[in-house]
Amino acid sequence: MGTQEQSPLDVEALRADFPILEREVADGVPLVYFDNAATTQTPTRVVDAITEYYYEYNSNVHRGIHQLSQEASIAYEEAHDRIAEFVGASGEREEIVFTKNTTEAFNLVAYAWGLNELGEGDTVVLTEMEHHASLVTWQQIAKKTGATVEYVPITEDGTLDMNAAGDLIDDDTAMVSVVHASNVLGTVNPVSELADMAHEQDALIFVDGAQAVPNRPVDVEAIDADFYAFSGHKMAGPTGIGALYGKRHLLEAMDPYLYGGEMIKKVTYDDATWNDLPWKFEAGTPSISEGIAFAEAADYVDDVGLERINAHEEYVTAYAYDELSKLDGVEIYGPPKDERGGLVAFNVEGIHAHDLSSILNDYGVAVRAGDHCTQPLHDTLGVPASIRASFYLYNTREEVDTLIEGVEGAIDIFH
Amino acid sequence: MSMGSDMYRQQILDHYRNPRNHGELDDPTFSHEGFNPSCGDELEFDVELADDGETVENVAFHGDGCAISQASASLLSQELPGMTLDEIDDLDRDDVLDLLGVEVTPMRIKCAVLAEKVVQDGADIYRGEKELEATSTEDDE
Ligand SMILES: Cc1ncc(COP(=O)(O)O)c(C=O)c1O
Repeated sequence: MGTQEQSPLDVEALRADFPILEREVADGVPLVYFDNAATTQTPTRVVDAITEYYYEYNSNVHRGIHQLSQEASIAYEEAHDRIAEFVGASGEREEIVFTKNTTEAFNLVAYAWGLNELGEGDTVVLTEMEHHASLVTWQQIAKKTGATVEYVPITEDGTLDMNAAGDLIDDDTAMVSVVHASNVLGTVNPVSELADMAHEQDALIFVDGAQAVPNRPVDVEAIDADFYAFSGHKMAGPTGIGALYGKRHLLEAMDPYLYGGEMIKKVTYDDATWNDLPWKFEAGTPSISEGIAFAEAADYVDDVGLERINAHEEYVTAYAYDELSKLDGVEIYGPPKDERGGLVAFNVEGIHAHDLSSILNDYGVAVRAGDHCTQPLHDTLGVPASIRASFYLYNTREEVDTLIEGVEGAIDIFH
Repeated sequence: MSMGSDMYRQQILDHYRNPRNHGELDDPTFSHEGFNPSCGDELEFDVELADDGETVENVAFHGDGCAISQASASLLSQELPGMTLDEIDDLDRDDVLDLLGVEVTPMRIKCAVLAEKVVQDGADIYRGEKELEATSTEDDE
C-alpha cells in the first residue's frame, strides 16, 4: 500500500451515477457524504434493478411454475452465483447464503454452528476491535454454551498484537472471529495469517468483511476463511441484503437456523428434511429484489474496479489524514495513513463528537458521531465517542476541504 | 431552518466550560444518575432537601458528555434550589429548552433533556414512586 499522488478514478463521471450526490442539505449547502462505512449511496443502475423487478417480474421465488416466478427465481438464484464469484467462492451458490446483513450472518453461524459445537473449555477468540455484530453475538452464545470469549489486544498504533494472538489461539480454541477491516481504526488485519493460526489449532475462522468487500478485491479461498460475511448496503447495494460465505462441508453439516417454508425438502406432520444449500438457510420469502440488486451492485463495483476504488480511497484518506493532523488538538485513532482503510476516526480536544457533528451538518458534512457499534473498543481508546469520516469511490479531496473548514469552524466556536 | 452552530451561543459554551454547582454533595438526601446511550452522555445529580422533606436546598452534579447535555445540567442546577419535588415533577421538556434559550436540533433533544429526566427520576425514586437503577434517554417515548 502506498499513498497515491493521483486518483485512478474519473470521479466526476462516477458521481453522475449517484443522483443523491446532487442534493443540498440546506439552501446552498451541498451534501458532503462521509458516512460510507455506515451505508454507501446507491447508483442508478442498482436502483433500476429493483424497479425493473417490481415493474416486470415481481413474484415469489422457487414456487411458481408460471413465467414470472421462473424469471424471478432464476434472477435470484443467479445472484447467489454472482456474489460467490465476486468473493472468489468456487462452490458458487451452495457456498453463499443471503442474509439480511452482516449481523444476521453472524447470528446464523452462532446459532447453527456455535450452539451445537461450543461448550465448556472451548474458547472463541475475537479482537478488541470487533463490531458489536460479532462481539455481542459470540459473547451471548458463549454464555449459553459455557465457552469463553477472549480478545486479541490492539497495540498503540491500532494494529493487532499478533504475538498475543499466537498465545490466545491454542488447543482450546474452537473459533477465531476477526474483522477484516476495522470500521473505526481503519486497520486492515492479516486475516490469512490468522486463518493459518486458527487452522493449525483445528479451529475455524470467521472473517467480518463488512468494511473490506466494498473497497478491495477479496478472495475468501485465498484467505482460507471458513466463514466470511458482508452487507449489500455498504457496497453500493440496497439495505436488507447481505451474504454469508461458508465452506460447503461446514454449511452442509450445520442445522438450519430458521425454520419454515422454502428451506424444506419434505414435510410430514411428524418431521421434515432440509432443502439443498443454500436454501436450507433461507427460510420464508427472501428479499428478492434486494438479492438481485446486490448482484448488480457487485457488477457496478467490479466495473469501476476494486483495485482502483481501493487506490482512490487511499488518495482521499491520506489527504484527510494529513489535513486533520495539521489542526491543533485533533487526535486520530488507528494506524498511520499509508496502512489504513478508507476512513478516519478522530476527536478534537474540548469538543464532544456530537457537538462537532452538529456543527459539521451546517457545512453539509455527514459524518458519524458516536461509538460506531464498538463500545468496548472506545473504552480501550479511553473516549466515549468519536467522529468518523469514511470515504467511497465518489468522494473528493475538495469535499475533505469542506470537512476541514467545518472542524475549524467548530474549533473557533469552542475555543 | 435551524443551524447546528446556532446551538452554541455564548451562554451554553459558558455553562459547558464553567459548569455551576459542579461536584458532589457531602450529605445528599438522594442521588441519581442517568445516561444517553446513543451519545455516551452521563450525569449524576446529588440533591439535598430542606427539613420539610420536599424543598430542594442544595444540588450538585457531575458528568461527562456533549456541551448540550452538560450546559443544560448546569442551567437546571441553578433553578432547582427552592423548588419542591412536586414542582420538579411538573417540569417538562419545554422548560429545559427555554433555559437553554436556543433551538435544539431534533437529533439533540435527548442530550438537552437528560438532566431534567435524571432529577425527576431521582425524586420519584426517593418518594418510592419508581424503581430504577439509572435513567436512560432510550427508555422514553
Ligand atoms: C465491521 C462491521 N461489521 C459488521 C457491521 C454490521 O453490518 P450490518 O449493520 O449491515 O449488519 C458493520 C457495519 O455497521 C461493520 O462496520
